[in-house]
This record gives sequence, structure tokens and C-alpha cells, in this order.
Amino acid sequence: MNLIFSLIVLAILILIPLIGVGVLGLSSLFAIFIPYLAFAIFFFGLIYRIIDWARSPQPYKITTTSGQQKSLSWIKHSRLESPASSWEVYLRMFFEVFLFRSLFRNLRADFDGKRLIYGSAKWLWLGAILFHFSFLVIMIRHLRFFVNEVPSFVQKISAVDSFFQLGVPPIYITDILILAGLGFLLLRRLVDAKVNYLSYASDYFPLLLIISIALTGILMRLYVKPDLYAIKQLTYGLATFNPALPKGNLSMLFYIHLFLVSSLAAYFPFSKLVHMVGVFFSPTRNMPNDNRMSRHINPWEYPVKYVTYAEWQEKFRDVLEEAGIPIDEEWTNVAQK
Amino acid sequence: MSKLPKPDQLLQGLDLHRTPEKHWMDIKPDFSPGKYCYAVDPQVMIDMGRPNLGKWQPTDEKWPLPEDWKERLLKAIRDRMERFRSFKLFMDICVRCGACADKCHFFLGTGDPKNMPVLRAELIRSVIKGEFSFFGRLFGRVAGARPLTEEVLKEWYMYFYQCTACRRCSVFCPYGIDTAEVTIIMRDILHELGIALDWAMKPLRNSHFIGNHLGLQPHTIKENIEFLMSDIAEITGLNIEVPINKKGAEVLFVTPSADFFADPGIYTFMGYVLLFHHIGLDYTISTYASEGGNFGFFNSIEFAKKLHSKIYEEAKRLKVKWILGGECGHQWRFWHQYHGTMFGPFDYLEVPKSPITGTVFEHAKYHKAVHICEFTADLIAHNKLKLDPSRNDHIVVTFHDSCNTSRGMGIFEEPRFILRNVCNNFVEMPENTIREKTFCCGSGSGLNTDEYMEIRMRGGFPRANAVEFVHKNYGVNTLVAICAIDRATLTALMKYWVPDVVVAGVHELVGNALIMEGEKERTTDLRYRPLKGMEEEV
Amino acid sequence: MYNANKVIIGIIVFLIFFAMPFWLNFGKVEALPKPELPKEEKKCIEDTDYMKAYHMKFLDEWRKTKVREGKVYYINKEGKIYKMSLQRTCMKCHDNKEKFCDRCHKNLVVQPDCWKCHLAPEEVKKWQ
Ligand code: SF4
Ligand code: SF4
Repeated sequence: MNLIFSLIVLAILILIPLIGVGVLGLSSLFAIFIPYLAFAIFFFGLIYRIIDWARSPQPYKITTTSGQQKSLSWIKHSRLESPASSWEVYLRMFFEVFLFRSLFRNLRADFDGKRLIYGSAKWLWLGAILFHFSFLVIMIRHLRFFVNEVPSFVQKISAVDSFFQLGVPPIYITDILILAGLGFLLLRRLVDAKVNYLSYASDYFPLLLIISIALTGILMRLYVKPDLYAIKQLTYGLATFNPALPKGNLSMLFYIHLFLVSSLAAYFPFSKLVHMVGVFFSPTRNMPNDNRMSRHINPWEYPVKYVTYAEWQEKFRDVLEEAGIPIDEEWTNVAQK
Repeated sequence: MSKLPKPDQLLQGLDLHRTPEKHWMDIKPDFSPGKYCYAVDPQVMIDMGRPNLGKWQPTDEKWPLPEDWKERLLKAIRDRMERFRSFKLFMDICVRCGACADKCHFFLGTGDPKNMPVLRAELIRSVIKGEFSFFGRLFGRVAGARPLTEEVLKEWYMYFYQCTACRRCSVFCPYGIDTAEVTIIMRDILHELGIALDWAMKPLRNSHFIGNHLGLQPHTIKENIEFLMSDIAEITGLNIEVPINKKGAEVLFVTPSADFFADPGIYTFMGYVLLFHHIGLDYTISTYASEGGNFGFFNSIEFAKKLHSKIYEEAKRLKVKWILGGECGHQWRFWHQYHGTMFGPFDYLEVPKSPITGTVFEHAKYHKAVHICEFTADLIAHNKLKLDPSRNDHIVVTFHDSCNTSRGMGIFEEPRFILRNVCNNFVEMPENTIREKTFCCGSGSGLNTDEYMEIRMRGGFPRANAVEFVHKNYGVNTLVAICAIDRATLTALMKYWVPDVVVAGVHELVGNALIMEGEKERTTDLRYRPLKGMEEEV
Repeated sequence: MYNANKVIIGIIVFLIFFAMPFWLNFGKVEALPKPELPKEEKKCIEDTDYMKAYHMKFLDEWRKTKVREGKVYYINKEGKIYKMSLQRTCMKCHDNKEKFCDRCHKNLVVQPDCWKCHLAPEEVKKWQ
């Protein structure tokens, strides 16, 4: 049901440029206006989300300590899992954000007869890493369409990425890896009963969308070739804010690719994909476990009424006296003033 | 109370890889006996100055909700999102990867998908989408959105009280989403209508008015301690006095009240006292601030502040230099992560320094509170304790990392270091069930009430199962924990799942091993069980 | 806003990263280099749109048929016969690699391996 719904939405998204450009001939709308609009939504949307999170304070320092705290000098503390200083926090965050360290810990629980056993389950980690890093490399590679003199790091990355020189033009390794990663993530949602049960359409949709983007991209590279020079004229114009429709033929596949990318960009800030920036805000990861060393201030902390010693002593005066527990008049007098 | 099935029947048919036919939004919570906790007695809420729903139970077909219950809840949710970045963020960034799904002990023991942490959080996330978001309302269920209804509220009651706020899920989540935080905040939100658990609220009221959860009045505490001291005298031949409300002592010692009163906490308490006597510590306990734990923490955060304000007034009144905290799990998570913010700065105290070893506890230089295991580990490392670990030879020990001290504080090595020095037979449980991956006792955060026994035994199953493994393979018969709740709940859990294992505190074992000056030859441990080789004597 | 400093730095890093195309072009916006077309010849072997998009596939086909099957001639859609040779046929009209091939290829980071074996017309001239 959820999968079908996402597939339908995806089909509609593909139909829109097909009709818009193919039938109605709205080339400028799809080549210029919609991409600009989508990326405006992407930038402003994400910045809005960031500021919105930042508007709420983190009242308490609630680090998840997954390792030994810093305490006695002769006990080795876990710098990554229980960071006590800022740079240790940065390190922890680095490992979280770039290497998905928490996911790497993943286990799978199963019954072995009456015994619960926990096996390592790193597939999810691998799938996620493949997908995310391939995506990153692919984005960097795409800079060749947006910059006039392509910087050497982009050239190097492209060269490494097409290292195997299979076919003409050579296939990119990351193109295969991203499909492998995405395919695994999708398959997992369909096959693993638990994950399947908790998946919404909004979980399938981004996967399908990105898969479609990757597929249209790969198709264009390997089989249904567009006029790259024309594309670069368009994309370079977009990036330098001199948008113009090039003379050459941009090809339908390119319009679909571009429209799906625009959809992804516009969808990004309002979906679970915001985890990309949200992860940096995660209070259980980005705070040091130094609670007893330094003060953390909660801006809305307010005083509360509690049972003071004076009230308590009054209440229990008789039993205190009887039990021979000292009565403290001095303090109650001070407190009264 | 319901009849609890036999251990070998309880989990029959449990399959972690099978899910219900129906969508989870269509499954109603099951309020059958043994599977829910009783609702709070209205008088408790009145005493605590909170709204209440009168006399009711969650099993009631129609809950006696006030007219404007929905608005009030939605307002409270908005308010928490504004005040807690954690809450707001966790509502936004979950990708439903399911990494947390089989990490929750309640899921492992019930197979109920709503006990997967991600779905637990989804119970509220769906409402936030359905009530506050335009797209959520537009797409409804396919986007995981739904409106707030009375059914949803019942579900919240069930599942936010079927989470022990243990944070195990948070360790595995790639974004550190802490369902415990969500649970704690959701309980706080439910409090705004007067929805709470009886068993969790009565101790809170006790602690507020009397000073501790058990409701021990000052003279009772004193009598109890005297009683324990007479046991010590019998076992060791020493007459020890425990200073109570002593002004000018160097250290204020605060421990959960169960240690004064309830088996097996009392043995741990005897251990503390023997230790303090052994090193001649100038300390005092307080009958006003006689509770280290804090049931407010998982009821409503404002209560938590009320309860522990006492500790700091008492520290000022008694003019102590620093504070020493006993063995307790949620006590230490709350002390460690919240006290500094709630009650600081602590200028009237001094940076803790062990009067025996001279060690300055730099890591507590701001908060000025030290965990007793840190304190004792330091003593042992400096060779200041005369120990005879063979006095614990009659037991084989394993160590249960309590959730709170593990994932909310990070104290792993200190208790282990102590254990290795006070006993000869120490075995670890399987790797994936200890330290930061430790399993909850299944009854923490105010759930250890009798009417909830079935869920407790299910939730505690993963822990019990690991204990059973070392019990069978290494003959472990003693489960040591640094948590007062554990000492109560694990005892029940062991009785059900692994009946030959008893529960003890670290300092109970310290107390056994300490060679006290002037003591007579010991023939039994602190529980009057014969020491190894002394079976004849007793 | 809380933790404003860090948040603002975060936003800046975000903008630097995701608006990379904008920054890399900043201050040096120029027209893209245009490949120089042959002056005399107006028609390529196949039609221009096809050549623009598919020339690499086309040349690869030539290479394969020539090397593997030993064929020498190519007949285009209009029935015209061409000798399959990069150096002798293509580069006869496109007589400057640098001004034709490289302009686009450099600009789009395409690294074809034609010139590992073949000689560009410029090179050939040097040797003549
Ligand atoms: S591990 Fe985190 S992101 Fe994944 S489903 Fe659980 S809460 Fe969501
Ligand atoms: S905090 Fe513990 S009990 Fe609660 S959902 Fe997470 S793993 Fe389960």
C-alpha cells in the first residue's frame, strides 16, 4: 500500500515533465524556473529548519554515554563514547556523521531455542555508507556541469571514480555502488518484517525518488546520450545566475532527471531527509559528558517550592525529639528571616 | 492481580520476526490484567497540587477526561517542543531505519511492535504530524500522521509506561534519538491532565512530604539503622554508630531509602557503614534529605526538582564540604546529568577530596558530588583498605550494569575494579548484554509494581536470559548491581527466571571482604550465610 | 536562538558546501569555450545532433568494427561511404584537436583515451 502510493507519486512526477515539456513545450519553465524555485525552497527551507531547532534550548546535558566516563586519573576514559572535552565531542560527532559509528554497532537479536543471542548486523551500516558516500561523490562529480574551469579535485575524483575504464564512456563506480546501497535499503524495507511494518510511504518515496534520479543519470551517461555541451550551457547559466535556454537539444531524459532532482530538493526540508542537518543538533551526541565538571545553564529553569527543612522539622519535631535526633533552631531562625 | 504464567509458558509463541496483520494505528491497547499499571489515586495528585481525573482506571471504557483535554494536551506538546530541543528534534529526524527496533527489552520480551522504540516515539510523532502539519493532515496515514483521539491517549498511557527510559535504543540510533527522553517528556505531558501511575506517584508524595520514597519517618530511619548495626555487631563484634544529621561533618552521604529498610539493600548499607568505619570517614546521613533516588525524574521534571532541593538545603545546613552518593541507578543519572543545571552553582561546597588518599575528584569539581564506587575504587587503588576477597568465595558473581549509570553517566570500570578486588569469582555476562549495551531489569522508572508483573517479567527476560547463561555455565549465583531499584526488581526477576541467583550491591561485597580493626573472626557474611569453610561453625 | 555562534557557523558551512557551484564561479563568470567548427564542411558524417551526443559511441563502434572485424568502410544513413579512421576521416575536417575536441572535453572533464594511440593533427604537422 505504502509502496504503491509512493510509486504512483513517482510516476506522476515523471509524467509532469513528459507532458510539460514534451506536449506543452514549456522548456524554460522546466529548465529554469522550476529548478530555481526548488533550490530556493531547499536553501530557505533548511535554514528555516535549522533556526527553528535552534530556537528551542537544550535544557539539560543528556549525553548518551556509551563508554567509560572521565573520572579517576588511572581509569582510561573513552574519548569517543564518553567525551569529556570539546575536541573529543568533535571527534565523536565526526565519527557519527561521516562513519555512522552508532549504526556500526548494530546487532540483531534472535532466539536460539530459549536463548536470546545477538549477532552482529553490519549490513544496514554498509548499505547506508555505500549510498551516502556514493551520493556525495556523485554530487561532487556533478560540479563539472556547474563550473567553467572545473577544479582539479573534481577531475581527480572523476578519474578515480571511472578507474576501471569499462565501456565508452567509462562507467562510474559510484553509480553502481549507489544503486547497490539504495537497492539494499529498499529491499530491506520490503523483506525485513519489522522494518516493513514501520515503513510509511514517506520512507519508500525518497528511496524510489533517488533511485530514479540515479537511473536516469546512468541512462544518460551510458545509453541515451544527451548533448552534454548544451546541458552545460544551461547548468552553468543556472549556477552563475545567467539562465538561458541553450540552442541544442536537451533531451527528454534530461528534463525528467532535472525535474526529479528539483523535486528532491524541494521535498528535502520537509521530510525525514532533514536528518542530514538534524544529526548535528542531536543532544545525546553533541554534548560532552562533563556534567560534574562544568555548569550547563538551562535558560528556562525556574525556582520551585519544596518542603524546606524548617517545615519538615516542624512536622516531625515530636518524633525527632523522642528519637534524640538534634533539632536545629538556628537554621530555622535564619530561614525565617 | 492476574495469574502470572509459568516461566516456560510466558514466551510461548513469541516471534520477533512476525508482525500483525493490521496497521499499528488500528490496534487498540490491551488493558488486560498484568499488562497495565493502576492509575493514580486522585488524593495523591491533590496533595501534590496537580490536576486529577478523579477515581478511574485505564480499563474504563470512557475515561473521565475534561472537556478541553485535547487543547490542553496539544498546548503541552507545543510547550515541550519549545522548551526541549531534544524533543523537537527527535520528532523530526527519525528515518525509521529500524536499527533501534530489536534493541528494546520490552520488544524482545513481548514481540509487540509498539515496543520497538521507533514506533513508541511514532505514537506521538504521528500526532504531531497529524495535528500540526499541513502535509501531515493532507496525506494522513501514508505519511504516518493521525489525529489525537481518546484511543491514542490510551495507547500513550500503555506504551509510555511500557518503557523504562533505559536509553538502550539511543546507543544504537544513528542520530542518537533517545526514546527515553521522549518517554519522560510524554509522561510529563500526561501529568497535565492528571494521568499518572499510582505506584510511581505514591513514593513521590512520600519523598516530598516525609523525605524519602518509602515514607520512613526520621525516628524509623534511626531505629532501622540501629537494628542493622546490631546485626553488624553480631557478625563482626564491632559496635558502630551511624551519624545522623550531624552538623559540620565533612561529607553528606545520600543513598536511596531502600538501603535503610529493604532486603537486600540493607546489606549494601551495612557495607557502606563498615567501609566508613574502616577508614574513619567524618560523614553524616540526613533524615530530611533521606532519599538519593528521585521518582520525579520519570513523572514530571518539576517534581524532580522539588524532591532534590532538599539535598542542597541540607548540605548548607549541615555545613558539609561535599556530597557522597550511594549505589543507585536513576539517582545517579539524575544527579549527574541534571543536578548541576538545576541546583548549581555549589559555591557553599568544596571540591571533593578524599580525606584518606588525598585524591581530588577533579571530575566532580563543579557539582561536588562523588559516586561511592569512585570513592571506594580510589581507596583500593591507594591500598587504603584491608581486604580479604576470600570472604566472598562462597559466591560466584556477575555484574549488571544499570541502565542509568551506564548510558546516563558512564561508570563502568569503577565497580568492576572494586569487584575484582573484593571477590575471587567474578564472571562477565555475554558481551552484548553488558556495559553500554546492558539490558534493563525491566521494571525501572516507576514500573516495579505487582499488578504489572507479566510485562515486567517479559521486559526483564533479556537480562535474566544472560544471567541464566552465566549461571548455567559458570555457576554464577550472585548478581551484583549498583542500583537500589535493581536490588528490588532483579530480585523478583531472578525469582521468576533464574531462582538460584540472588541480588547484591557492590558494597555488600566490600563489607564482607573488609578486615576491620578489632573484629572477631567472621563465620558468616552480612546475610548470615556461612563463609566458605565455615559451614561447620554456623 | 540558542547556541547562536555554532548555528551560524553551521549555516555558513552548509551554504559554502551546497552553493559550491556559485562560489567556484564567483567573480569569474565567462562564456563557455566554444569548439571551433570546420569552415568549409557544413555536414558531418551523421547529423549534428546525433554527432554531438553520440560521437564517442560512434567512434567506439568504428574502432570495434575496424579492429575486430577488419572492415574499413562505413556507410551513413544517406548512403555515403566513409573510411573509418579517426585521423584520416574525422580529423581531416576537424583539423585541430585543441580547438575542437579539447574545448568541450576539458570543460566537461572527459578524458577519452583516443590520443593514447592516435596522433592529433597538430602533432602530425610537427613531424611532417
Ligand atoms: S534507530 Fe533512530 S533513526 Fe532509526 S528508527 Fe530508531 S529512532 Fe529512528
Ligand atoms: S528507553 Fe529502553 S525501554 Fe524505552 S524504548 Fe528505549 S530501549 Fe525501550
